[in-house]
Amino acid sequence: MKIVGLFLLLAGWLLVVMAVMLLHTETSRALFVLVAMGVEVLGLVLLFRAHPLARGGRP
Amino acid sequence: MIVDPGALALAAVFLIPFALAGLALLNVGLVRSRNATHIMMSSLCVIGVAALAYFVCGFSWQGVTGAPGYALRLGGKPWEWIAAQPLFLRGVDWNGSPTSLVAWMQMLSVALAAMIPVGAAGERWRLGAMCASSALFAGFLYPVFAHWVWSGGWLAALGVNYGLGHGFVDAGGSSTIQTMGGLTALVMLWLVGPRRGKYTSDGMPMAIPGHNAVFVLFGCLLLWVGWLGLNVAGAILFSGVDPRRAALIAVNTTLGAGAAALATVVVTRVRFGRPDASLSANGWVAGLAAGSGACAFVPPASAVLIGLVAGLLVPVAIENLELRLGMDDPAGAISVHAVGGLWGIIAVGIFGRFTAPLANTAEFFAAPSSSGQWIAQLIGIATLLGLVLPVSYGVQWLAGRFVPHRVAPEGERQGLDLYELGAGAYPEFMTHTDEFLQR
Repeated sequence: MKIVGLFLLLAGWLLVVMAVMLLHTETSRALFVLVAMGVEVLGLVLLFRAHPLARGGRP
Repeated sequence: MIVDPGALALAAVFLIPFALAGLALLNVGLVRSRNATHIMMSSLCVIGVAALAYFVCGFSWQGVTGAPGYALRLGGKPWEWIAAQPLFLRGVDWNGSPTSLVAWMQMLSVALAAMIPVGAAGERWRLGAMCASSALFAGFLYPVFAHWVWSGGWLAALGVNYGLGHGFVDAGGSSTIQTMGGLTALVMLWLVGPRRGKYTSDGMPMAIPGHNAVFVLFGCLLLWVGWLGLNVAGAILFSGVDPRRAALIAVNTTLGAGAAALATVVVTRVRFGRPDASLSANGWVAGLAAGSGACAFVPPASAVLIGLVAGLLVPVAIENLELRLGMDDPAGAISVHAVGGLWGIIAVGIFGRFTAPLANTAEFFAAPSSSGQWIAQLIGIATLLGLVLPVSYGVQWLAGRFVPHRVAPEGERQGLDLYELGAGAYPEFMTHTDEFLQR
């Protein structure tokens, strides 16, 4: 799950770079960037869920 | 009034060490007495290691605007990603050049950013591992991102290359210093885990209060002095702000911190019946962290608003990170520096007013928001979360394979003062209790 989370973060950033390079209007860029950040948020959620150390993980 | 930018920036940079002292004191106050010396000693070591790593290779990879660098050509536009200055600061003209000021300021800034995880992962992070982590941060991670933002890299050039406002803007370091440090703190918490005894077996967090609230609050005052220097110097050296705006920057810095602290005081008064000193101190620092990015580009009323939002965010973030996400962060570094810093980056896009450097006050206050600026700011945030965070995770995880981050259980039981340094901060007092035992 950690690896998937990290890859989702990277994928989100690559989507942002693509949006900057390939799109030309402000609206389309903004939409694409926001969607890409949604992907990053998914990655963050996975990373947080993959580190349940507090739940009795370290007695 | 004529103000020499170089002299003012020089004076401002000499205030920044107060921020380092303040952060060290704040971190010491927020941990238990059995780890107090260890945290202060760690702060000294981290400053030393960060300065050395930045001297060896950090500055050569960060560089200054206009200096040689490596660029990829994507879509017909240059994406400058790293500088190519000589190692060991050999390319710097030390006879009063702006580059020498940038090098001095950045050496302090990178040390400040590297100290942020010390408070977050304190009480269970080994000194040697802390030094290794700081070397990687100051020698590689920080300089590359700072190059993108402050030295003409691809984020700064988003305006020129793609018409996105003025490119990614951050006058005082909300992204480069605060969010970078805060995200590294998050990575370290993931890697070292919570302190023993912090959570019960069913996952309920136990309160582990810091040992000296006066240290914490005095640290906040020192941080404020240092931050005045950080914001003024950053705005002049990296954003080309007219030095006559120094008073506005200082006023905005103070208003932001004050508004944030008061917001946290009110929130904790409403939630707990009394204002919470350590949370309010965190609110103060979050106000400073959030206000850095836009300090030179907003009128004072906006600075108050930025601070208020930061002060409201901090207690919510701290509570949710501890209760719901299992983040044991004694200093609240993630909430203060990462959450506060990210809000500061967004605030530039929302409230920033960009005029010519010599625009008069009326023009400044009447200037509209820059079109596309908020998208540039979002791209900066996406880069921090989507690239810097995973790379930082990978680098620090790898470092932990060679130099284990977490101290042995016996070290946590004894306290790191005795275990790693051989002497405690308060030898005449009994500091050992059993609150670390699993419940």
